[in-house]
This record gives sequence, structure tokens and C-alpha cells, in this order.
Amino acid sequence: MRNVFIIAGKEIQECLRNRWVLSATLLLAALALTLTFLGSAPTGNVGVRPLDVVIVSLSSLSIFLLPLIALLISHDAIIGEIERGTMLLLLSYPVGRWQVLLGKFAGHLVIIAFAIVLGYGAAALVLAAMGVSIDSESWTAFGKMIGSSVLLGASFIALGYLVSSLVRARGTSAGIAIGIWLLLVLIYDMALLGLLVVDQGQLISTGVLNALLLFNPTDVYRMFNLASSANVSVFSGMAGLADTMSLNTGVLLIALAVWAIVPLALAALAFSRREL
Amino acid sequence: MTATVNLDQVSKCYGKIEAVRDVTLALDRGETTALVGHNGAGKTTLLKLMLGLVRPSAGSIRVLGDNPAAGEFAARSKVGYLPENVSFNAALTGREILSFYARLKREPTTTALRLLDLVGLGSAATRRVGTYSKGMRQRLGLAQALIGEPQLLLLDEPTTGLDPALRLSFYEIVQALRDRGATVVLSSHALAELGERADRVVIMSRGAMVANGSIDELRHIARLPARIRLTASGETEGIQNWLGGSERWRQVNGHVIEIDAAPERKIELLRRATERGAPVEDVDVVPPTLDEIYAHFLRAQEGAR
Repeated sequence: MRNVFIIAGKEIQECLRNRWVLSATLLLAALALTLTFLGSAPTGNVGVRPLDVVIVSLSSLSIFLLPLIALLISHDAIIGEIERGTMLLLLSYPVGRWQVLLGKFAGHLVIIAFAIVLGYGAAALVLAAMGVSIDSESWTAFGKMIGSSVLLGASFIALGYLVSSLVRARGTSAGIAIGIWLLLVLIYDMALLGLLVVDQGQLISTGVLNALLLFNPTDVYRMFNLASSANVSVFSGMAGLADTMSLNTGVLLIALAVWAIVPLALAALAFSRREL
Repeated sequence: MTATVNLDQVSKCYGKIEAVRDVTLALDRGETTALVGHNGAGKTTLLKLMLGLVRPSAGSIRVLGDNPAAGEFAARSKVGYLPENVSFNAALTGREILSFYARLKREPTTTALRLLDLVGLGSAATRRVGTYSKGMRQRLGLAQALIGEPQLLLLDEPTTGLDPALRLSFYEIVQALRDRGATVVLSSHALAELGERADRVVIMSRGAMVANGSIDELRHIARLPARIRLTASGETEGIQNWLGGSERWRQVNGHVIEIDAAPERKIELLRRATERGAPVEDVDVVPPTLDEIYAHFLRAQEGAR
């Protein structure tokens, strides 16, 4: 276990050194603050719960941005070190390959979590500092949003590792990572929407739809955040969906965790079989 | 006494290419082995097999009691490895990198950092590795291989990029470790570089081990002719007549001829040349060089195929 911490520590140190942490945090904070100020403009300040508006905007943003950041940081993690030759030396030390993978995962997860908490937290703090009244229900929803954002990041880090430990070249890894991002973030939902329109409710029941949504971590995240809290779902326009949705938040959280654990386990398996 | 490293009929194929073919080898404590072969002869693959970085296609390997092919890695805390073309994360400093590797081996960082001074990097310790020259990276690679007084030191082409002075101090460090009972494996593509420092020489060619023994044993097996150089007291014709037609010789210049003498003919020839009345003014004996021995074993391998 100590090896995992040592490797996680080095990973964090490297990402601090090459400004990864700084740039990710600044990017998220800048976008979160922009959305906070822009978000309150159309709704005005009358009778609306500002933090809930922020949650809606931020979670929509997260669906695009967090997978991208996570894949950027992770697609290179294994194959990059192999190509640079540093993995050869690392694996000649008394560490197991699963320890290397888990250590990197822990390190990258800490970095993403740090960027999310600081970047999104800044938005909430600015709202609070402006004297907006925020009730505890909104704070809970906000906390849930941050927690599930970290989980979403974790699942895409794990997906990136899986790609990184399977491919033979860095370029391939980058290409596949972009493909995964396009597929899960854009194409999947569009295809699903098209399917629903064509189907007109003939074959695809609510149960099938729910199952299909579970097969995409970004949809799991979306359902969790936009439809889980009654106040938020009103603003997000997901109220209709929330009413018919039979999946409770516990199932969604578990699904998101599975999306992190399964690719990570597969990546560990692929990496342990790999020769270098 | 159990050997530090035991390879038993080990083979490794990459697709159709046989990188290592049926190698059986045991390395003992306190023994320095020179692993010699051309590029692509299987030296690096052999070292990677010992570290468990690749798995053998056939045969079994034991390293310090571990089976690296099964992913056992406890013994690696007593192994130092310097890969060919060693590389480090360029964003970290030499000190940070060395303390990271020391932590992985559970060695106190302070003792590990002393190695930086040993390899002459003390003044560059706080600089980023990205600014290092190739020689400096090689020295850092050497320093990390020496962390924790390894019992087995695997060095892949260790002296490339080192200047002569550092090369000398490098061999002193290796010698000191060996005297304390470490097993050292040095790989090189030239035997002349390592031969005289090694207790044992292993010559690889196209994945197969073509020779394994001390340099004297190899010299004995190769039975290469020694070169005897005779300086005539007068014209070389006198020597030619004196020799008769029994030996192969060639003229070097007007006064000197050279004879390729098989080992069993050597003494007789020298006796004759030093006899009273022989038309010989001076005698030089040049034993076969390490490069000639190396070439001989490679040729023998080619002939056998």
C-alpha cells in the first residue's frame, strides 16, 4: 500500500511541476465564475434559487469538460511512460504493476478533485459572498454535484488508463481517447434521441431507456445531478424525466462507481499482461 | 551455494523472432559477468527476463529466490538495474528522482542522496533532469542502480556517454560492490571494453549463448594462433630459409616477419628462434586479442548454422 502512496505522491508532484494542476483549476474556476455571473443574468434575482441555477449550468459544463480533462491526463499515463522509457526503470523496482496503476489513479484523482473543489467551490463562495441567501438544501445539492463530478472524472481517468495500457503507441491512445469522448459525450445522446424519435415509444419502454442511460457515465451523471433534486430539476427542464425515472440516486451513484472500477480493473489486467 | 541468478533453458520469442534461444546460465555471488554480443543479439532481452519485464516463452528463471515471470517482485529491492538509454521525467530534479526511487526501495533518502556526490552530480542535484546532458543522465541512472547496495546489479551498456575519468571511477564502484559479494552483469557490444574486468564472459549471438567461461577458458577453447614477430639479424630471406616451409608467415617489412603460430607450435617455435645461431635478433609474442576471440566465437556460430 505504501508503494501506491509513493507513486501517487510523485504523480501529484509531476502534475504540480508541469502546471497541470494550476491550469485545470484555473480553467474550471474561470468557467464556473463566468457561468455564475451569466447564469444569474437571465433569471434575475427574484424568487429564484441562484445556487441551483449554478448547479444546472455547472453540471452541464462538467459533462463536456471533465471527461476531456480526465482523458487528457490519463490517456498518456501508461503508454507515455513506456515510450519515454521511464516505465522500464520503474518496473525494475520492487513495485507491482497494479500498485503503479493504482498509485497513478490515486494521484490523478486527487488532482482532478482538487481542481473541481477549488474551481466550483469558488463559484459558490462568490455567491455566498455577494450576500445571496442559500439554503441548506441547495448546499446539499451542490455538495452532491461536486462529489459526483469527482466520480465522473474517476470513470474517465479509468477509461483513459484502459486505452493507455492496451495500445502500442501514444498517438493511437490520443486518437482513441478523443473517439471515446465524442462517443460518450456527444454521439451517444444524439443517437439515443434519434432512436426515441423514430421509435415513437413503440419498443423502447422507460425501463429500456433507463438501462441505456446507465451504459454511459455522462448520462448517469446528468440524471444524478439534474433530476435528483426537485428544485434543480425544475430549472433544468428535467422535471418530466425525473417524474418517470425509476432509478434512485443510490443506483446512479453505484453505476458511476462501477464505471470507474471496471475499466480500472481491466486496465490493471491489460497492464499486468503487457511486455516491455 | 545457490546462485544469484539461475536461467534454465530459457527462450523468448517475439512473434517469429527468437530473441533468446535456449539459454542456461547460473551467476554466482561476487562474480562479474560480461554479457557481450552485437546489437540485437538478445542481451537486453536476457536482462529484462531476469527483471520480469518480459516473460519467457519457455524455460524457468530464478532471481534471488524469486520467479520474476510469475510477477514476484520482493527480491527486486536487492536488484539494481541500469537500462540502455535510461530516461527520467524531465520536470523533476535529480534529487527528487533519486529520493523517489530510494523510497520505493525503502532506503533512507539521505544515504541515497550521497550517491549523487559519488557519481559527480552533487552540484547539479537541484537542477531539472531536462537540463542534463546525456552523460549526466547516465550518471543519474548509475546512481539509482546503486541505491541500497544491491546484491544483483544489471547494467545494460553502462559506460556509453561516460568520459574516460568517470568510466574508471565507475569500474571502481562496480569492483567495490563485487568485493562485497554482489553479482554484477555488464552488457556491451565490444568484448575489449569489459573482458579484462570480468570473471566470466558470456557471448550471445542471434539469441543463442555461443560462449560462457572466463576469458582464459575462452582463449583456450578458441585455440587462436598467437602472432610471433621475428626481427631478422640480416635480411629476412635468412629467416625464411631457416623457417623452411613449415609455418605460415607474412613479411611486415625488410627486417620483420610475422608468424601465426597455433598454441601447440608456439613453444617449439620460440625455442628454435632463441637457439644459438638462429638468424633472429628480436622476438615479440602477441596473444590473440579479445576482439579476435570474440570474432572467432561469432564466426563459429555462423558456421554452425
